[in-house]
Amino acid sequence: MEYEVVIGLEVHAQLLTKTKLFCGCTTPFGDEPNTHGCPVCLGMPGALPVLNREAVAMAIRTGLTVGCTIAKKSIFARKNYFYPDLPKGYQISQYDMPLCSGGSISVIVNGTEKRIGITRIHLEEDAGKLVHDQDADSLFDVNRCGTPLIEIVSEPDMRGPAEAHAYLTGLKQILEYLGVCDCNMEEGSLRCDANISVRPKGGKKLGTKIEIKNMNSFRSIEKALEYETGRQIDVVRSGGIIEQQTYQWDPDTGQSVLMRSKEDAHDYRYFPDPDLVPLLVEQSHIETLRATLPELPAARRHRFEKGYGLTAYAAEVLTSMRPVADYFEAATKLCGDAKTVANWVMVEILRIVNERKLGVAGLHITPSRLAGLLKQVADGTISAQAAKKVVDLVQSENRDPEAIIKEKGFAQISDSGTLEAAVRSVIDANPKEAERYRAGEKKLIGFFVGQTMKATGGKGNPKEISAIAMRTLG
Amino acid sequence: MAFFNMTIAEASQQMANGSMRCVDETGRALSLIDAADAGLHAFLSVNNNGALRRAEALDNLPVSEKKKLPLFGIPIAIKDNICTKDIPTTCGSKMLENFVPPYDATVVEALQNAGAVIVGKTNMDEFAMGSSTESSAFGKTHNPAGKNHIPGGSSGGSAAAVASGMVPAALGSDTGGSIRQPCSHCGCAGLKPTYGRVSRYGLVAFASSLDQIGPIASDVRDIGRLLEAISVADERDSTNARKPYRDDPSYYSTDIPNLKIGLPREYFGEGLSETVRRPLAALLDRMKGCGAETVDVSLPNVNYAVATYYIICTAEASSNLARYDGVKYGHRSTAASMLGDLYTQSREEGFGNEVKRRIMIGTYVLSSGYYDAYYLKAARVRTLIARDFEQAFTACDVIMSPVAPTPAFRIGEKTSDPLQMYLTDIYTVSANLAGIPGISVPAGRSPEGLPIGVQFMARQWHEGTLLKAAFAAQQLSQ
Repeated sequence: MEYEVVIGLEVHAQLLTKTKLFCGCTTPFGDEPNTHGCPVCLGMPGALPVLNREAVAMAIRTGLTVGCTIAKKSIFARKNYFYPDLPKGYQISQYDMPLCSGGSISVIVNGTEKRIGITRIHLEEDAGKLVHDQDADSLFDVNRCGTPLIEIVSEPDMRGPAEAHAYLTGLKQILEYLGVCDCNMEEGSLRCDANISVRPKGGKKLGTKIEIKNMNSFRSIEKALEYETGRQIDVVRSGGIIEQQTYQWDPDTGQSVLMRSKEDAHDYRYFPDPDLVPLLVEQSHIETLRATLPELPAARRHRFEKGYGLTAYAAEVLTSMRPVADYFEAATKLCGDAKTVANWVMVEILRIVNERKLGVAGLHITPSRLAGLLKQVADGTISAQAAKKVVDLVQSENRDPEAIIKEKGFAQISDSGTLEAAVRSVIDANPKEAERYRAGEKKLIGFFVGQTMKATGGKGNPKEISAIAMRTLG
Repeated sequence: MAFFNMTIAEASQQMANGSMRCVDETGRALSLIDAADAGLHAFLSVNNNGALRRAEALDNLPVSEKKKLPLFGIPIAIKDNICTKDIPTTCGSKMLENFVPPYDATVVEALQNAGAVIVGKTNMDEFAMGSSTESSAFGKTHNPAGKNHIPGGSSGGSAAAVASGMVPAALGSDTGGSIRQPCSHCGCAGLKPTYGRVSRYGLVAFASSLDQIGPIASDVRDIGRLLEAISVADERDSTNARKPYRDDPSYYSTDIPNLKIGLPREYFGEGLSETVRRPLAALLDRMKGCGAETVDVSLPNVNYAVATYYIICTAEASSNLARYDGVKYGHRSTAASMLGDLYTQSREEGFGNEVKRRIMIGTYVLSSGYYDAYYLKAARVRTLIARDFEQAFTACDVIMSPVAPTPAFRIGEKTSDPLQMYLTDIYTVSANLAGIPGISVPAGRSPEGLPIGVQFMARQWHEGTLLKAAFAAQQLSQ
């Protein structure tokens, strides 16, 4: 019998708010441990939570983007469990009345478009962080305690690891485009758990699901889902039964490891948090937020193809990350030649970003510097070859390209007198080739241009040289 | 045996104009505590040095500044579940024996801003769970009117401190009667404000949807003045309505024409002792003599109030008290080596029996499979009870009722029977469930000489009406 896998994902995205979800502590990543805490996020006796409106706005914008219905009234609930990274002994989350419900996103897998449903998006606070060092002791860091998360729960609509990967990629793009999450899986600002089950292909009834946690990279997710799909199909094929369990992915061994069985499942004893009032959202507020939604990747891709005349491939690459797309548009606006800018961004700029492991924000070769440089290439001041070197130097030295071109003497020689003299001496030094050219071997023009370039130390304007050489050789 | 032979407003004025001094009055409170508290054990800690320094600083203010402070120089005791910066706040529990808050509760800040002097922290049932102050981990408090009797609870320390005249005023907290019942048993006035009137920021939570902080004093006028000071709008408590109470001298008169007093038939039937019924009936006659009218009303669902209350308050408590797990807050057992043991052992050693009992009940009623039958149903009954009151208040201005079925019982009398103890809350829990204000004022004494209070309840935000009825009752009972 043929089997198919059914996958649903639960994604936690850390919101880029200035402050935590229920107190005024700031939320920068990577600071000294225990430098962002107060009575509220430390869960001190007597302290009370106050909801961060910025986090609500970010959750609503996300919900609107994926077509969710925004609840006029939603409720915060306490999820009760004991763990040392949870100072209050409960997490404030949303349970039966979430902020956003019923949306979807469209993904393309193997050239086919597919819609993946989104069940709900709700707000919740993050736990603190435990650091297990060499000693027997475990250390606690409060900085992350109470930072705002949205949990995005998908429908069980994915039929394989590739679809899960495409869904997650699409979601990540949306979150980045909205500027609500920086989606750094390694730093934990985007986390993903999966529910996965198998059933006879084409079946209607869902199989018993297994939850997999701790997949902290896109690669882990694909590998874990592949592994788990294979494992479950093997079990079912050999007549076994899948039991409801939770597994943890171990990237080192490439296997999922059993965490807990159904009998050990937590009873979180959810109930409405009596310290918080119901979250009421006015329709006018929703409309105000809707007006702030940016153009999404798919729409932008389309516009790049039609508006700038880019290839589908170029539009895809340039829109995959919002900062890159913004960069491209800014440079194009200044330079005017979209196709040239697109090539330079895809080849040189993304090369620098990747080689130097930078964000686009870390580029010293800004859109205006790139645009300036490309204008100089266009008007022949500098060769494309030299311009590539300039791009790297601008990045390393954080100076204007003009200054570097001047200092390094990258400017091309376009002065016809100088070039004519150089061409003449090359022709004089290579009479045989000149004879062959004149006899009809026209491709030898490249040889003369190359030799003249060499003679001018690479600074001669190749177009000019070519014209002069053709004229001189007759 | 009041601390002042005048109202707080008058005492404050005299201290401001220099005819009395803050240091003298604070010093007098501290000496009284020193002399009398050994026999009462109303206080868990006394802020000797801090209070005197503060009183001196107040005396040194310019007169114009002094006159702006409505509680200028007034010594005040604070229940030990209200956070006081740098002063231990134990909640009467071994769990928080060493907890020293790094911040003041909003009400404490408000009292300081009004010119009050914090003289000490008062004893209470552990985490405010109890009706007798017997569940305190640090010893029982005695009733000033009869040393073998309980002072009531859970704010037993605050009520005993005011009733014995050691301080002119105190703050308590009231989740199901914890201000009104001890005030009734000790013989002073105590108000549970409308839910949301007073900020809970800094009140160590027992049951968040029921808890309110309120004032305790020997005169109803003092209650109004204190409520005005503590009911500041507070953004740090999301359930605070930001509706500060404004006091008005016109409330304090025995002229009560057309005051409609509702008498719920459910509150004057079976279970109420003659000892309590008699002074209430006498008071009612006198109030009628001053122009009040009585109306029979019915609260059909209040028979379920105690059951409803003990489901909701234990559910919330089981979650609110989860943070005391030995990891961050609270007593940490030294016996444990593994994480699970650390939780179990720390909680086993740190909590007393009553707290454990309520955590277990609360955990049960929230559990999967039981939630709908208990918590959810209780939440619905709570709505019905609130509606009963709304309905009743269409026919009357205030509801009069007993505070407790009997005068203060003897120490140890009910400790072995928790259910009997819970049933003594029958007249008080409904105000918390409905979120309405309730006040207890002395109405008389039992043949043994034990104080008996009367309760008035009013619509939400109608503390003024409540204080008016309570003031008349106070004057007519004297």
